[in-house]
Amino acid sequence: MNHWLTILTLVPFIGGIVVAGLGAERKHLVRGLALATSLVGLGGAICLWLHFNAKSGDLQFVEKFDWVPTLGIQYFLGVDGLGALMVLLTAIVTPLAILASWNVEDRPHVFHALVLWLQAGLFGTFTALNFFHWFLFWELGLIPAFFLIKLWGGPKRGPAATQFFIYTMVGSVALLLSFLAIRLATGSFDFIELAGMAKSGVLTTKLQAAFGWKNIGLIIFFGAFLGFAVKVPVIPFHTWLSAAYSEAPSSVTMLLTGVMSKMGVYGFLRILLPIFPDQIRQVLTPLLWLAVATIVLSACAAFAQRDLKRIIAYSSINHLGYCLLALFAATAVATGVNNSDLQKAAALDGALLQMFNHGLTASALFLFVALLERRSGGLRGLDDFGGLRKIIPVFTGLMGIAIFSSLGLPGLNGFVGEFLIFKGVFPLAPWAAAISTIGLLVTAIFLLTLIQRVFCGPLNERWAKMPDLTTSERFLVLPSIALMFVLGIWPQFILGAVDATVVKLVQQLNF
Amino acid sequence: MLAWTIYITFFGVLVLMLLPRDNARAARIVALLTAIAGCVVAFVGAIQQANPGDVTTIVKVPWIPSIGANYYLAADGISLVLVVLTGLAAVSGILFSWNIEKRTKEFFAFYLALIGGVYGVFLSFDLLLLFVFYELTIIPKYFLIARWGSTRKEYGAMKLALYSFVGSHLVLIGLIAAWVVAKGQLGHASLDLIELSKVAFPIAFQHWVFPLVFVGFAILAGMWPFHTWAPTGHVAAPTAGSMLLAGVVMKLGAYGCLRVAMVMFPEGVRMWQGEIACLAVAGIVYGAGVALVQRDFKFVIGYSSVSHMGFVLLGLATLNTIGLDGAVLQMFSHGIIAGLLFGVVGRMVYDRTHTRDFNDLETMQLGKLIPFAGVTFVIAGIASMGLPGFSGFVAEFQVLMGAWTVFPKLTILAGVGIIVGVAYTLRAVQKGFYSDAPPDAAHHDHPLEPISIPERFGAVMLIAASLVIGFFPSLLMNWIEPCFKSPLFERLLKGGAL
Repeated sequence: MNHWLTILTLVPFIGGIVVAGLGAERKHLVRGLALATSLVGLGGAICLWLHFNAKSGDLQFVEKFDWVPTLGIQYFLGVDGLGALMVLLTAIVTPLAILASWNVEDRPHVFHALVLWLQAGLFGTFTALNFFHWFLFWELGLIPAFFLIKLWGGPKRGPAATQFFIYTMVGSVALLLSFLAIRLATGSFDFIELAGMAKSGVLTTKLQAAFGWKNIGLIIFFGAFLGFAVKVPVIPFHTWLSAAYSEAPSSVTMLLTGVMSKMGVYGFLRILLPIFPDQIRQVLTPLLWLAVATIVLSACAAFAQRDLKRIIAYSSINHLGYCLLALFAATAVATGVNNSDLQKAAALDGALLQMFNHGLTASALFLFVALLERRSGGLRGLDDFGGLRKIIPVFTGLMGIAIFSSLGLPGLNGFVGEFLIFKGVFPLAPWAAAISTIGLLVTAIFLLTLIQRVFCGPLNERWAKMPDLTTSERFLVLPSIALMFVLGIWPQFILGAVDATVVKLVQQLNF
Repeated sequence: MLAWTIYITFFGVLVLMLLPRDNARAARIVALLTAIAGCVVAFVGAIQQANPGDVTTIVKVPWIPSIGANYYLAADGISLVLVVLTGLAAVSGILFSWNIEKRTKEFFAFYLALIGGVYGVFLSFDLLLLFVFYELTIIPKYFLIARWGSTRKEYGAMKLALYSFVGSHLVLIGLIAAWVVAKGQLGHASLDLIELSKVAFPIAFQHWVFPLVFVGFAILAGMWPFHTWAPTGHVAAPTAGSMLLAGVVMKLGAYGCLRVAMVMFPEGVRMWQGEIACLAVAGIVYGAGVALVQRDFKFVIGYSSVSHMGFVLLGLATLNTIGLDGAVLQMFSHGIIAGLLFGVVGRMVYDRTHTRDFNDLETMQLGKLIPFAGVTFVIAGIASMGLPGFSGFVAEFQVLMGAWTVFPKLTILAGVGIIVGVAYTLRAVQKGFYSDAPPDAAHHDHPLEPISIPERFGAVMLIAASLVIGFFPSLLMNWIEPCFKSPLFERLLKGGAL
């Protein structure tokens, strides 16, 4: 028995308590300690990644104890390729977010403690495998995020934070009720055990037996779906997002979009797909439509925005829409498709890669917006700038790389993920894939418009003295940019580690 | 051992009465020591009880043999949970009323008398004795509110007393009828709860007597639509008074429903199960909805109590082990959390700012002026929303799980109530502590008195209790669960699912 994952989760949690205890006066110590804690977390996550046996799709680093035996609650931790990947992503984005919020002057101890607690919640969510235990962390992540928006956000932070919280809670309560019903029918909260029951078809039978309704499976599925759909978000459950992302301080938005949105996709992969394959198949067409709508409409919405943060916020919805498209397509019963398992594996591989890539790219984009805001005194409208390329060439170049990564230029990380997704989805659900390509097109249009309006054209004289990236800021963005190239050229770094997990998931879905 | 909780507390009342009139400090210390002694005895006694599933007799001596009354104190796991809760609530209530300057001695004497009565109810297994203790609590309640309260205190106190009396008279009528019927069946007069729980009352009799007794008790549990005493009473009461009202007095009602009405008339419960569940869910949703639109900070918490007690009643109505477990756990959890919320609002905020109006509080930015109060309220709010990690979650979780099989549609409605609960808590957090409204300069001229040591102790104690149970619910579940497997509840549960 080992306790790697427990320790990994506890490090930021305890670090947060210490940071909060330091008080507002010792600003440098607070920041230094927060950064150190997050770097320890990064070190731990890298160790985990290196010690992770990529050849096996099984759960590793498992810890399992009885917690509340009478309720079937266990302390059950473990990671497979998916969990390890998400832990790594969290560990990479958090130190960047802490560095990006170096200039927070208002109660910095509370701010950094909340960031660290958020990280602990995320680590916990990505490693817990028993519903009770997992739900604890799922909610634990929400509270710091609420206060980070509420206390350090922009002018309309109050409504944005409330909206964010209430939307997520509606999802959470639906999710909770669903799992209580499942627990009642099956006596288990264990994700792995439930997936086993779903595969053998016992789950639906048990649910019907316990409730006596024919469609109970679908109702329960819908409750759980709502919980994750709000978090990703899926259109039409997305309306909290643009306000929350744009009002939150940029470093918090990095975490929200980089990692928290992945909680939703992770939930789809870890919970919905294995436990409700039957139900997903029953409503596959509407779900695919939802994914398509998410991709296309959010891209169009991004095109209509005038605020840089909102543009990137909507493009986030768009990017995660591809993941959902892949997930749903992978559950389709593929008759008449050659090598359907291979296609499904490709789609899911692509989805996992896309999750990681999007975390990296979107957080980098928000970081660039934060740096730009720091220079412009808070302005971030699409039309507030112009011609910046002449004044701040290094900034323009590096942000340009991030933007091109976001729109999927080959050679950068975004391309591989989207390519794999479309390669897998086309044979499985051709019409959905075809319509979704509109999203790719619109994304290209609005991102290029962004480059054009902000960096090209005649120089807005107001910004004639805007300073370029300082050395420390260059170091801050360097890791993300470097990873974009590395993953674009050598995606095997991630694919190699998750492939066994994906193959196992595909087998799980085939029956 | 446990009986000493009652004796110590009443002894404390006596000592307080003998103290000189103007020595407020001594009165506080005596009260605190008494409460701590009671709390320690409750803990030790509860831990010592070897078999929480069985009713363990503490003392049983004949009292009025002609009507079958005994001085009969006993405890099973459910009593243990509530006795421990009373101990905790008593200590924290005193810590939160450390600043009472007006007639300190009398205040604490009434306070302890109330606590003593509550201990008595939770430990009585004789109907007459239970009823005496139950009535005994009404008098101190009345005086605590009428004398030391605020906002329409006479009205609140009178309303509370009248509702309580009406409730106890319904109970009394029901119990006398039951006594008569039981005498006919047993051949001798008996008020022994264990003995009465074995009497098979005729179905037709149970059909009308159960609602009488149940509603009589449920009035005090804040069951919708008989809840209206609760918000006004809570608001009018002094801080410690509202902490006790919400923390333990409402539990008296729920406890009576379970211990007396449901155990004695199992067929009656089954007949009225659906109606009780409907009223419970109405309370959950209505309480939450009304709390959402209040302007007075204390009314928010008052209505939230109605909403949370709805979960207790819903749990009782499920008639299955898991729902009942959840109901008892929710009694404990709500006692802790409501106490904490009232402590923050009444003592930390109102006693300093002298206003509970959100429109005023919004301009004060209390989150910055008294950060400890802000953080405490946030934690209490999170616990009250039922987020995991706190006791409320494990309790509501079991209630909902128990309710799913029996009342699926109502369960979904209760879920809506939870969401509204999140909304009003957030609203209170925002308006009360972290508002964005422009600060009013006038308030910054008079710095607020910092949060005192007793307040900190009280708050930390209650938060710790809620967290411990949130993470290790087994501590209490090991007491509660065996109870529902005991012969006492056999008749009640035999027809239920699970």
